[in-house]
Amino acid sequence: MTNENVDVAVIGSGPAGLAAAVSAKENGANYVVIIDRNSWKGGILPQCIHDGFGLEETGNSMTGPEYIQMYIDDAKKHNIDFLTETMVINIDKNKTITAVNKNGIYKINAESIILSMGCREKTRWNIMVPGDRPSGIYTAGVAQAFINLYNIIPGKNIVILGSGDVGLIMARRLKLEGLNVLGVLEILPHASGLPRNVVQCLDDYEIPLYLNHTVTHIDGRERLESVTIAQIDNKKNIVKGSEKKIKCDTLLLSFGLIPENELSKDAGIKIDNITGGPVVDQTYETNIPGIYACGNCLQVYDTVDVLSKSAKLVGKNAVVKLIKNKKSIFVKPGKNIRYVIPQIINKKGLINFTMRVNKPAQNVTLKIKADEKEIYKKKQRWVNPANMIELTLEITHEILKKGKTLVVNLHE
Amino acid sequence: MNEKEITCIVCPIGCKILVKTDGKEFELVDGNKCKSGIDYARSEALDPRRMLASSVLVKNGLWPLVSVKTNKPVPKDKIFKVMKEIKKAEIDAPVKLGQIIIKNVLNTGIDIIATKNIEKL
Repeated sequence: MTNENVDVAVIGSGPAGLAAAVSAKENGANYVVIIDRNSWKGGILPQCIHDGFGLEETGNSMTGPEYIQMYIDDAKKHNIDFLTETMVINIDKNKTITAVNKNGIYKINAESIILSMGCREKTRWNIMVPGDRPSGIYTAGVAQAFINLYNIIPGKNIVILGSGDVGLIMARRLKLEGLNVLGVLEILPHASGLPRNVVQCLDDYEIPLYLNHTVTHIDGRERLESVTIAQIDNKKNIVKGSEKKIKCDTLLLSFGLIPENELSKDAGIKIDNITGGPVVDQTYETNIPGIYACGNCLQVYDTVDVLSKSAKLVGKNAVVKLIKNKKSIFVKPGKNIRYVIPQIINKKGLINFTMRVNKPAQNVTLKIKADEKEIYKKKQRWVNPANMIELTLEITHEILKKGKTLVVNLHE
Repeated sequence: MNEKEITCIVCPIGCKILVKTDGKEFELVDGNKCKSGIDYARSEALDPRRMLASSVLVKNGLWPLVSVKTNKPVPKDKIFKVMKEIKKAEIDAPVKLGQIIIKNVLNTGIDIIATKNIEKL
């Protein structure tokens, strides 16, 4: 067994882990190690070969591999250590990490731990699509790895269920490879992905988008043979007579992403039921002192640019530790708000909030109340659940001393 | 001139902008909520272009593929022709990010460049 003492241990070498690690080094940490179970660095980005990353952060639109190489180079420059092909199997309350690789077991004692495990795709079993269990059913991200990393074509006649961004991007990718994309089905009356992707991935290639539609049955003995699709009414019932059988050999699922927190839960970290990520304070510290969370294991971000920006704050907070008040106030999502991060505030100052609304709306007002007093008000021309809202707000000593809760409401 | 509906992608509102165009002339009809929408609709009507990203086969590499992109946006009607050229290409490892894989593809003045480093096996 190898025993090591480090200043900061980062779990996961995706964009959040890399950005947090670099920032920890820049803020004075001596020994920073990133642990990743894959043989490569960069998490999911090496397979996201399309363009559009980093525009907000750097002014240049890059592909995923180019964007992440920028951070990998930065990590090398800062002498950050990597343990690749290494699986973390446990984190305990005393900030000791147990990990395993070909060389055996590691015990890593860390001053601070940064969780950046990313997220996973929802599968057929999250949505419970009925029918047979043949081969040929993949999540969109798995098909993306097949095509972009391993040179494997997932199938020839493809139906995509769910209109998340990964599904839309895969529709275009498959079409460019000369495969037959029969259509994208979305149960909601609007696409889940960004309008930009609907235009550039579907409209450009005349791939049909069937709104208010879903797959009601999967058929196939060995390989997928067909799916039955149907129209869904506004009460989520199948419209009678709308069912149609479509011959296909591949079904890709694009239902959205869930933060990955097996390790966090085992360690006793409190999870927010809505975000699926840890409950954190304004420094992104979890309920276990010295353990922080960032990236898609905290909340699923819209863009890597915003994700990296907040991961850098986490890297700094893990090194420059602030003395916090004993008393906390709780931040709650109110009317038409799905969630707000941070959930806890225990130090005065400028605080970055991120949040999502429940449904699309136009000409609305975002208001924040500290108990009964309004402390923030802003008109929004449009809001959409797919677009995270970011804002910075000064939380004074007064609010912190007197208040119990901060509630965010969206008024129509 | 033909009427054509263009979905604006400048911001997430996604206005449906109605224009009249024959590919040479452009006339705004209706639907845009801001000025940026007009510029977008004009370029979409007269000269639509897209960045193209794909991958190229690698010989003796740690990975079988290297991701590539066009160094400039490609006219929309040439996308599948350029894809054909990308599919024909093969490159020896090691490959360096930024390396030109195909120079001046189909005389468009556009290069296909690697977006990843691939080490030799």
